[in-house]
Amino acid sequence: MTAFALRRVRVAEVERVADEVKRFRLVDASGAALPVFSAGSHVLVTMHGANGHVWKNPYSLISAPDDGSGYEISVLRLASSRGGSAFMHDGVQPGTELHISEPVNLFPIARQGHKHILVAGGIGITPFLAMMQELAALNANFELHYKVRGLGRAPFCDRLLADYGSRVHLYRSDLGQAFPLESVLSEQPLGTHMYVCGPAAMINWALQVGRAVGWPQENLHSERFTAPPPGRSFTVKLARSRRDIVVGPQQSILEALEQHGIDAQYLCRGGACGQCETRVVACDGALQHNDHYLTDEEKKSGEKIMICVSRAAGSTLTLDL
Amino acid sequence: MLISDIKSRPVYAGLEPDLFASSNIVVCDRAGAAAVADMLRTANGDFAAKTTVFLCAEDFVTPQALEAQIENLKPAATIPLPNLNAAVAALGERLFRAKMGTRVYAAGSEPLIGSTVQRAARFGVDHRSVRCEHRGSLKRRVQCVHCKGMTDDVTVSPVRCSNCGLMLTVRDHYSRRLAAFQGVRADAEVPGEIPEQQVLFQ
Repeated sequence: MTAFALRRVRVAEVERVADEVKRFRLVDASGAALPVFSAGSHVLVTMHGANGHVWKNPYSLISAPDDGSGYEISVLRLASSRGGSAFMHDGVQPGTELHISEPVNLFPIARQGHKHILVAGGIGITPFLAMMQELAALNANFELHYKVRGLGRAPFCDRLLADYGSRVHLYRSDLGQAFPLESVLSEQPLGTHMYVCGPAAMINWALQVGRAVGWPQENLHSERFTAPPPGRSFTVKLARSRRDIVVGPQQSILEALEQHGIDAQYLCRGGACGQCETRVVACDGALQHNDHYLTDEEKKSGEKIMICVSRAAGSTLTLDL
Repeated sequence: MLISDIKSRPVYAGLEPDLFASSNIVVCDRAGAAAVADMLRTANGDFAAKTTVFLCAEDFVTPQALEAQIENLKPAATIPLPNLNAAVAALGERLFRAKMGTRVYAAGSEPLIGSTVQRAARFGVDHRSVRCEHRGSLKRRVQCVHCKGMTDDVTVSPVRCSNCGLMLTVRDHYSRRLAAFQGVRADAEVPGEIPEQQVLFQ
C-alpha cells in the first residue's frame, strides 16, 4: 500500500504572478521545518472542495531546495480543469490549510552532466525555478530557453532575467519570436543534458528535435503530469477482493477506488511515475492509455494499465486487485 | 554466458547504429571488429562515412590481417592503435572537442568495453548511451579490494594479485568507475586454504 505521510500546511502567501497564475507559499501548520528537497521535486496537494470533492494534484516545488522554512508552488488556472486549479485560485487564501505529500522527484538533474539546457513552455517553467537555484549554487553551466505567449502571460520572467541575466533566453510568441531549438541543441558540448517541461505538444517536439540532432535518449529529460481525462462510466471488477466499483465519467479509476475506501498504490497521479501500474485480468473493450510511463508495446499488449489516468472504453474492466 | 545475480554485472545490448548521430566513434579489438563490420552492413554508407573506428591492433597476428580488416570496415575511417591504452587515449582526444550528436560504441572484450565507457564518462557521456557488444575473450580486469592493485587479462579464479600477491576470488561485482571486477582474498576465512584454480573467463 502507499503509505503517504500527509503533512498539514498553512498557506502563508498568495501572489498573482501572471494572468491566471498564482504563487502559493506553504508552511508547516505546526511551525516545524519542512524537509529540504532535490530540485525537480513535486508534492501532491490534497484539496477538499464543496460537496466532498477531493483533488490531489501534483505541483512542482519552485522555492529554493535547501530552504526548509516553506515550500512554494505555482498554479495555472486551467479552463478545462476538473476543478483543482480553480479551487486553488478561488478557494485558497493566506491562512487556508491544505495537506501535501512529501516531495517526490521524477525530474532530477543529471548530476554527471557537464551542461544543462532547460526548455520551458508557459507554466512548464515551475520545476526549473528550483533547478536553476540548485544549478547556480553548484556553479553549474546552464541555460534557460523559455517560450512564452507574452510577458503578461508568463510567470517569473522579470525575476529570472534579474537573477540569471544572459543565461535566460526568452521567446515571445506575441512578437512572433521563433524558438531556435534545433540550432541550440546542435551546438552543445558533449555531456550536455536537455530538460523540457510545458504543453504536451512542446515536450514531444523538443524530444524529437533532440533525437533528430543526434542526442542520445539518456540526455533528454521531460516531465509532464496529465490530469485524468474524463470519459464514459464503466465498472471495475477487482479480481482478488471480489468487488465491483463504478468509475464515474469525471473520475479516474484510482479516485473511484479511493472513494470506496480501497487503498491502491500511487505516487504522482499524473501518469508519469509508474507506481500505480496494475495488471489487467480482462477487459470487454479497448483500454484508453493516457500515461507517459508504459512503452507502446506494453500499451498494445493490454496487460497493464496505469489507474491514475487511464480508462476502459467498454463496460467492465477486471483488475488484479 | 554473462549472466549473474549481481546487479552491477554489466549486460551489453549489442551494437546498433544511431542513424541520427552526426558522428560516430567506435573502439574495438580484433574480435569486436567483426561486430563493427556487421553494424556497418546493417546501416547505410552514410552512417559509415560519419564513423571513425579505433582498432586495437595487438591481437592481429600479421600486418596483412590488420590491413584486411581495415579494408573490410570501409568506408568508415579506421585508425589502428597498438593497444587498448592508446585506443582509449585517442578516444579521449576526439571527445575533448566533440559536440552533442557524437555517439560512442565499444565492441570486443570486457576490459575494452569498460575502458571505453570509463573514458567517455570523463566527458559527461552517460554510460547507458554507449552502445556495446561483447565479442571474443571473457578475460577480465580485476581490482584487488585489499591493495587496490589492478590485474589485467584474468581468465582464472582464484587469481594471484599482480600487486600484493594475495590469491583473489574473482567476483561478478563490477565497478564502472574503475572498469574492473572485484577480487577478494580467497583464503580470508582459513588462511592457506585456497580453492582449486579454475579457468572461468577464457
